[in-house]
Amino acid sequence: MPQSSNWFMRRLGHLDGILLTLVLLLLGISLAVVASASGQSSARISGHLVNIGLALGVMVVMANVPPHILSKVGLPLYVTGVVMLIGVALFGEIRNGSRRWLNLGFMAFQPSELLKLALPLMLAWYFQHNEAVLRTKHFLVSGVLLLLPFLLILRQPDLGTAMMLGASGFYLLFFAGLPWKVIFGGAALGAASLPVAWGLLHDYQQRRVLTLLDPTSDPLGAGYHIIQSTIAIGSGGLFGKGWTQGTQNQLDFVPERTTDFIFAVFGEEFGYVGVIFLVALYLAIVARGLTIAARAPTLFGRLMAATISLNVFTYAFVNMGMVSGILPVVGVPLPLMSYGGTALITLLLGVGIVMSVATHRQLNKT
Amino acid sequence: MSFVAPLKNLDRELARFHGRLKAGGALVGLLAIALLARTYHLQIGQHDLYSQRAESNRISLIPTAPNRGVILDRKDRVLAENYSAYTLELTPTQSHDLDATLAEISKLIEITPGQLRRFRRLVAESHEFETVPLKSRLTDEEVAILATNRYRLPEMEVKARLFRNYQAGPGMAHVVGFIGRINDRDLARLRESGREESYHGTAHIGKTGLEQSYENVLHGRPGFEQVEIDAAGRAVRILSRIPPVSGKDLRLYLDLDLQAVAEQAFGDYLGGLVALDPNTGGVLALVSKPGFDPNLFVDGIDPDAWKFLNESPERPMVNRVLRGIYPPGSTIKPFMAMAGLELKLRKPSDSIADPGYFTLPNSSHQYRDWKRGGHGSVDLRRSIAQSCDVYYYRLAADMGIDRMHDYLAKFGLGEKSGIDLDGESSGLLPSPDWKQRRWKQAWYPGETVIAGIGQGYHLTTPLQLATATAMLANGGRRVEPRLVEAVRDPLTRVWQPQQPVVHGQVAFSPANLAVVRQGMIDVMRPGGTASAAAAGAPYAIAGKTGTAQVVGIKQGARYDASRLARQYRDHALFIAYAPAEDPKIAIAVMVENGEHGGSTAAPIARAVFDYYLAGKRPAEKTVEAVDAAE
Repeated sequence: MPQSSNWFMRRLGHLDGILLTLVLLLLGISLAVVASASGQSSARISGHLVNIGLALGVMVVMANVPPHILSKVGLPLYVTGVVMLIGVALFGEIRNGSRRWLNLGFMAFQPSELLKLALPLMLAWYFQHNEAVLRTKHFLVSGVLLLLPFLLILRQPDLGTAMMLGASGFYLLFFAGLPWKVIFGGAALGAASLPVAWGLLHDYQQRRVLTLLDPTSDPLGAGYHIIQSTIAIGSGGLFGKGWTQGTQNQLDFVPERTTDFIFAVFGEEFGYVGVIFLVALYLAIVARGLTIAARAPTLFGRLMAATISLNVFTYAFVNMGMVSGILPVVGVPLPLMSYGGTALITLLLGVGIVMSVATHRQLNKT
Repeated sequence: MSFVAPLKNLDRELARFHGRLKAGGALVGLLAIALLARTYHLQIGQHDLYSQRAESNRISLIPTAPNRGVILDRKDRVLAENYSAYTLELTPTQSHDLDATLAEISKLIEITPGQLRRFRRLVAESHEFETVPLKSRLTDEEVAILATNRYRLPEMEVKARLFRNYQAGPGMAHVVGFIGRINDRDLARLRESGREESYHGTAHIGKTGLEQSYENVLHGRPGFEQVEIDAAGRAVRILSRIPPVSGKDLRLYLDLDLQAVAEQAFGDYLGGLVALDPNTGGVLALVSKPGFDPNLFVDGIDPDAWKFLNESPERPMVNRVLRGIYPPGSTIKPFMAMAGLELKLRKPSDSIADPGYFTLPNSSHQYRDWKRGGHGSVDLRRSIAQSCDVYYYRLAADMGIDRMHDYLAKFGLGEKSGIDLDGESSGLLPSPDWKQRRWKQAWYPGETVIAGIGQGYHLTTPLQLATATAMLANGGRRVEPRLVEAVRDPLTRVWQPQQPVVHGQVAFSPANLAVVRQGMIDVMRPGGTASAAAAGAPYAIAGKTGTAQVVGIKQGARYDASRLARQYRDHALFIAYAPAEDPKIAIAVMVENGEHGGSTAAPIARAVFDYYLAGKRPAEKTVEAVDAAE
C-alpha cells in the first residue's frame, strides 16, 4: 500500500501546481454556472462532474507521458487523421448539410477533432527533428502539412474548425520562427485577395457570409441567439444579477446556455466584475503556459506548450467574442466552462501535455 | 559543422523564441483588451438599454377578457348569460401536418365531422399564429386525456373560455341575437372606431340582435395581468394584475311569458308580431317565426347548419318584424282617415255611396271594393269598421299622392323606427319624387288610388305599423321602440332606467282622433271585420285588419285562396291597441299566408292582450277559424 500510494503521489507530482489551481478554479466556476444554466438539474450537474473527473484523469495521464514519447506519436496520428479526412471526403456521412462524420461501424467520429491534437504534435516533432538544419524548405513542408488537413476540413464544409486548426498550425509555425516578412506579406496578400475572393462567391454564399458577420440582420433566425446573449450580458451590469438570478438565463431566452453560450449566463449573473475575473483566469493560464514554454528544455516542448496555451486562449476569445457579438457565430465551446465531455477532455489533454513539458526537465535528445 | 556553431545557433534560436513568446503574449493581451472593451460597452455603457430589453423580454401583458353583461327579461329571467368551458384549440401554423394532428386527436377524444368542418372553415379564415377552436365544452375526462398528451402535440392547447348560453331558445333569437368569433370585418370596424384595444383577449363579438346593438354596453373592458414569461411564452408567475371591468347588464321591457304566449298563438303559421307599450315605446314582445338556435353560432357554426339556415325557404335568419316589408293593405286606413280629417278633406259625418267600385274621372278602369256590390252608405267610422275600399280610393284621389306621403310620414312610415336593434328596414312610403328617382317614370293618378288602401308601392315593416298604431293610442307621440328598459352597472349593481325617446308629437285634433279610434273600436264589434276575435274580451280593443297580397290579381279576376298554393296566399295583417280607453299595449301582427287579418292575425293579438291585460293564458288551440269577412 505505501508503495502504491507513493507511486500515485509521484504521478501527481507531474502536475503543475499553478496550472492545476487555475484549471480547478475555472472548473469550479463552470460547475456553478452549468448548475444555474440547467436550472440546477442534477442530471446535468452529475454529468458535468463525470466529464470533469474523466478529463482530469486524462490530464494526469498526459502529464506523466514524457515529451519525447509524445513526439513519437505525432507522425502516425497525423497520417491516420489525414487518411480519415480523405475517407470522410469520399464516404463520410452528411449531417446538417456538411460531411464531417466518419462511420466506424461502432461509432461515428469526426476526424477533424483528432487533427486538432495531431497537427501540432506532427509539426512540433517535424521541427524538433530538423532543429539543427532548420531552413526555409522546412517551413514550406510544414506549410503543406498544415494546408492539407485545413483544406480537407474547409471543404466539408466546416469553416469554424478549419480556422481553429489553421490558427493552431500558424501558432506553431510562428513560435518555430516563421519570418515576420512572411507573416506580414501573407497577411497583406490575404487582405488584398479578399475582394477578388468575394467576387468569386455566389450570391447566396455572399448572403450567408453577411449574415454570419451581422446576425442582427436576421433577428428571428441566426441573429436571435446573439441578440438574446448580448441582452443577457448587457443586463448583467457591473456586479451581475446574482447566481441563478439571471432572467435571460432562467427563462430560457439564452440558447445553448450550458454549452456554447455559457458565457452569456456567466456575464448576466456575475456582471462585468465576473467577466474581468474570468478573462484574468484565462490570461493567467496563457501566462503560465508561455512561462513553461520559455523554460522548456526541448524545441518540441517549447512549441507544444506555447501553441497549446495560445490555442486555449484563442478558443476562449472566439467563444466570448461570438457570444458578446463581435465575432460571427461558429460552434466553439468556452474552454473549461462549457458543458460537454469531448471538448473538455481534448482541452485537459492539452493542458496535461503542457504540464508534462513543465515537469520533464531532462533533455531528451532523440 | 563545428561544435560551437550549433550552440550559438541554439542561443539565437532560443532568444528568437522568447521574442516570439512575447509577441504571442502581446497578441493575447490585445485580444483580452478587445474582449473587456466589448463587455464594458455592453455591461456598463449600454447596461440600461439591455436591462430594459431583458425586462421587456420577460414581462408580458396578458389581457383577461371581461365578463359580458347578461341580458334579462322584465322579470329578471335570464335570456343570455356566460359560462366558462374548456376548449381544445390548435395553432395550425405550428403544425407540420395538420391532418396527421387531427387524426391523432381524433384517436384521443371524439371529434364530430361537423366540428371538423367548422374547424377547417375557421382555419381558412384565421391569421398566422392564431389559435383556432376545434372542440368546445370539453368534459373533465377529455381535458385530462388532452393534458396527458400535450407533450406529443405541442400545437394543441386546452383553454378556459367564456361562452354565451341563450337559454330562452329559438323564440328569442331575433331579439337577443348571438355572439360569434371576431372576423376580419369586425376587426376592421373595431379598428376604425378605436375600440380594438378593448378586445384584447376576447374572441367573440355580438353579431346580431341586442348582442350586436348593445355590444359597447355589454362588452366591458379587458383587464391585464403582468406576467413573467419564459422564451416559449409560457407564464411563469403573475407580477401584477389589473382586473377586467365586466360589461353592463341589460333588462328588457320584454316579458318572456308574453313572448311565449305570442309565439304559441301563431300555431303553425309563420310571421311576425311586435307589441309595444304605447307610452314608453317599450317592446313587450317581439316574435319572428321561425326562429333558430342562437347557441349554434357561439363557437362558430358548422357550415352545413349555416347552409341550412341560410337557404331554407322559411328564411329563419330574417327578422320579419324589422326587415320583413309588406304592403300595409287595409291597416293603412286609420292613418288615411286621420289624414283626411286633419287635412279637412273629410268630416266624420261625410258619407259616400259605395257601389262596389271606384273610377277616376275620364277613365273606365274600375277600382274594386273587396266586397262585391259595395258597402252602401259609408261614413268615416264605418269605413274603418268595415274596411271600405271605395271610401279610401276616393279619399286618396282627393288628397293626392303628395299630401298622402307627407301626412303618412308623420306616422313614421317610410322611415326607420329607431328601435335599439340593427338592420331595420325603412320600408317604402311612395311619392312621385321617389318614383322618378327610382324608376325614372312619372306618377300615375291610378297609383294614388291604390296607395289609398295600402297597395301599390307601399311597403311597411310590422314594427312601423306598431309604432304608428302606438301614436293613435297615445295621442300622437312618436315614441321610439325600445327593447332595453334598464342598464345595470356591474360595480354599483344599480339599474339605470333608460329614458324613452320621443321623436316628436303630432298635434291631432282630439275630436278627429276620437272618431278614428271609434272606428277602430267598431272593427272589433259586431259588424266589424275582426269582431269575432274580440268576443268576450273584458276590455275594449281598437284594431284594424289588413291583407298583404303575395301575388298580383288581374283586373276582373277574383282572389281564390283554395286555388293558390299556401306560400302564395295573402299575408294577414292586424294592428290594434288595448284597452281602447286607456291604451297599455299596441300591437302589429303579420301572419304569412294567413289570408285574413280578422281570422288569423287578430286572434293572435287577442291572445297577447288577454295575457298582458287580464293575465289569462290562452287555451291550447288559439288560431281558430273565425268567420269574418274583410
